[in-house]
Amino acid sequence: MVKKISKLPFNGTPEQAAQLGKVIAQHKHDPSQLMTVMQKAQGIYGYLPYEVQVIIADGMDIPLEKVYGVSTFYAQFALSPAGKYAVSVCLGTACYVKGAQAVFDRLCEELGIGAGECTEDGLFSIEACRCIGACGLAPVMMVNDEVYGNLTPDKIPAILAKYRG
Amino acid sequence: MISVAELNEWRNAAKAKITAGNAQGPAMRIVVGYATCGIAAGAAPVLEALKRELASLGKTDVLVEEVGCIGMCQYEPIVEIYAPGEQKITYVLMNAEKAARVVHSHVANGKVVAEYTIGAATGEAKEGEVLPLTQTAFYQKQRRVALRNCGVIDPESLDQYIALDGYQALTKTLTQLQPGDVIQILKDSGLRGRGGGGFPTGLKWSFTAANAADQKYVVCNADEGDPGAFMDRSVLEGDPHAVVEAMALCGYATGATEGYVYVRAEYPIAVKHLEKAIDDARAKGFLGKNIFGSGFDFDLFVRLGAGAFVCGEETALMTSIEGKRGEPRPRPPYPAVKGLFGKPTTENNVETFANVPQIILHGAESFNCLGTQKSKGTKVFALGGKIQNTGLVEIPMGTTLREIIEEIGGGIPNGKRFKAAQTGGPSGGCIPESLIDTSIDYDNLTAIGSMMGSGGLIVMDEDNCMVDIARFFLDFTVDESCGKCNPCRIGTKRMMEILNKITEGKATMQDLDKLEELAYHIKENSLCGLGQTAPNPVLATMKHFRDEYIAHVAEKKCPAGVCKALLNYYILPEKCKGCTACKRACPTNAITGSAKEAHVINNDQCIKCGACQATCKFGAIVKK
Ligand SMILES: Cc1cc2nc3c(=O)[nH]c(=O)nc-3n(C[C@H](O)[C@H](O)[C@H](O)COP(=O)(O)O)c2cc1C
Ligand code: FES
Repeated sequence: MVKKISKLPFNGTPEQAAQLGKVIAQHKHDPSQLMTVMQKAQGIYGYLPYEVQVIIADGMDIPLEKVYGVSTFYAQFALSPAGKYAVSVCLGTACYVKGAQAVFDRLCEELGIGAGECTEDGLFSIEACRCIGACGLAPVMMVNDEVYGNLTPDKIPAILAKYRG
Repeated sequence: MISVAELNEWRNAAKAKITAGNAQGPAMRIVVGYATCGIAAGAAPVLEALKRELASLGKTDVLVEEVGCIGMCQYEPIVEIYAPGEQKITYVLMNAEKAARVVHSHVANGKVVAEYTIGAATGEAKEGEVLPLTQTAFYQKQRRVALRNCGVIDPESLDQYIALDGYQALTKTLTQLQPGDVIQILKDSGLRGRGGGGFPTGLKWSFTAANAADQKYVVCNADEGDPGAFMDRSVLEGDPHAVVEAMALCGYATGATEGYVYVRAEYPIAVKHLEKAIDDARAKGFLGKNIFGSGFDFDLFVRLGAGAFVCGEETALMTSIEGKRGEPRPRPPYPAVKGLFGKPTTENNVETFANVPQIILHGAESFNCLGTQKSKGTKVFALGGKIQNTGLVEIPMGTTLREIIEEIGGGIPNGKRFKAAQTGGPSGGCIPESLIDTSIDYDNLTAIGSMMGSGGLIVMDEDNCMVDIARFFLDFTVDESCGKCNPCRIGTKRMMEILNKITEGKATMQDLDKLEELAYHIKENSLCGLGQTAPNPVLATMKHFRDEYIAHVAEKKCPAGVCKALLNYYILPEKCKGCTACKRACPTNAITGSAKEAHVINNDQCIKCGACQATCKFGAIVKK
């Protein structure tokens, strides 16, 4: 899987650094907890920029290339920040056979971006995901935590309009 | 520390507390399906409305609870009411207003609102009549063993698990059975792994038990990678203690003192319920040191996956628990010899574990009386796709695919025709209409070129293109290949390129042969199960739907009308006004017709640029 790496400048706050420091202190004696630390770091920063990976590598005393290797191996780790509204369209099998691809294509068209990208105003980002467990409502997508089911491409503009305010 | 007698006393008290009409229990018990699917469908406002209306009526003796998946995803949000001396009533497709009406009518006045019940929704009940869920076509052929508590108990309540015989199997085992006895019962039960491979569980446990080591582990595979499958999520969300109890049993039988549950991070509710179950079990002494005073120590930890399909493979999963890139390791050595952190390890799927406490408590016969000669018990399927009743179904092995699709599933919606069903997800294959009477067990499914898989069952109708479906699954494996071995990393990519050519109408008949040859090569030479099974969806569709492949290649047509590049433009004569705009826009002069008459597109000349469609003001030009 190829990941998009953000070119935006990193602007972490001292509070975030302190939070991460606590997480690292708690787990630094157990290298098998690397993924746990990274998951928590992503929870703090929203993504895992290079600068954060360096802090984790130093703190856990694990080579940076190992940390980077883990970050690129797993789909869940994001190297780019998400939009204010993260839209993820389910392309799991149940959704796919019910036309999720057309929904996804329409969304990309409406926002003018592709999967893994964020709109210039930082409002929306798009992601394809695999089964969010709402197959009964297929095809489905999520905007942050809100689930939209039984979608058709024509329902997309109205949903986006709600968030554009 | 707790004795058998104390546990029984606890059970009886806990049971009384949730039994409607019991002196210690509520007047009524109302449950709301509150698993991921229920919440997505809008269970939260329903729950709120129930509580609000009950409070407004001052009904403090009615218990309202959140439970796991009730099984009928299509009909969520679901509310069920247990009242003394009555059949359980199942209300479906609820919303806040309906919930309020149910409270005022059913709860306050004892009048069931028949039109909101399941029988009315499926059309099985006569008007005004109420049909219990258990008598609907959806339920009648099901047998709930692994899912017995899902949708029945509050999964966050240890008390309620105890009420339904929870931790009885563990107590019985630690006080009466030797480790070898546990393994023997499992062997006799005929339980086979539900994660896809179907390896006999008792035998697997005996291998780990036979290896002496200073430390052994139990691992539960809750990575559930098949996209469109949610059996394991439902079990963890709806009945997490069953998995905790089973893992402790496994630890006792194999001599392990620590266990890990590896859960997909995409399942936050499952993780929350599981973590609470572990904490509660530990607090009451069902986990930890010297359980029941038996001298047996066992503790459990949760690790989150991070979205990598290959981590469902057992060796990759263990590498991932160790905090590394989840790449598989060559086997042998098998996990029973050298598994997690290099120690002997037993690894099982969630559903496999969920069956274990029942088997130990009620004996091997209670399980092996269900199923076929070589596949005992039941199997849970996540039924999805083009099917009326999407949901979670648990059927005895040996049930036919036709029974699942036509009776339990209620058939194909919109009067469409069944085309194929996919089992085994990206590792499996499709089952065409001609094989719909196959009875489901491990060996039958393998024999027809599919596999049991972990339980995803996706139904497709005539509008689905089988070449496109094969491409979809392969796209998934290309994406998920970990890259460690060449046949899988490079081979699947080459297959993908050929499939893309086919769906774009650029392939030749030789490409089909090349595709097949590559597929067999990858199957034989890949390192792990991911690569070894990745070509299956392609091979199965080529076997059963070869004419569809040939149509794409030879005639450049997609019979189902899915593959975009192969679609043709047509003018609908009834909508065409004969304005000639399209004719003028066409760069290849493929459109003929005179003014004020319906025009026609000559498909041999058309280059599919779409210019005509863009200029038509009457929506008369369609692609199909
Ligand atoms: C690519 C791949 C993905 C797998 N994904 C899963 C999975 O998501 N869940 C699972 O339980 N087993 C999965 N398995 C099977 C496991 O390797 C293993 O056989 C199984 O978990 C053993 O448990 P069982 O004997 O209880 O079935 C997968 C195997 C392969 C090769
Ligand atoms: S496949 Fe989309 S929610 Fe399951």
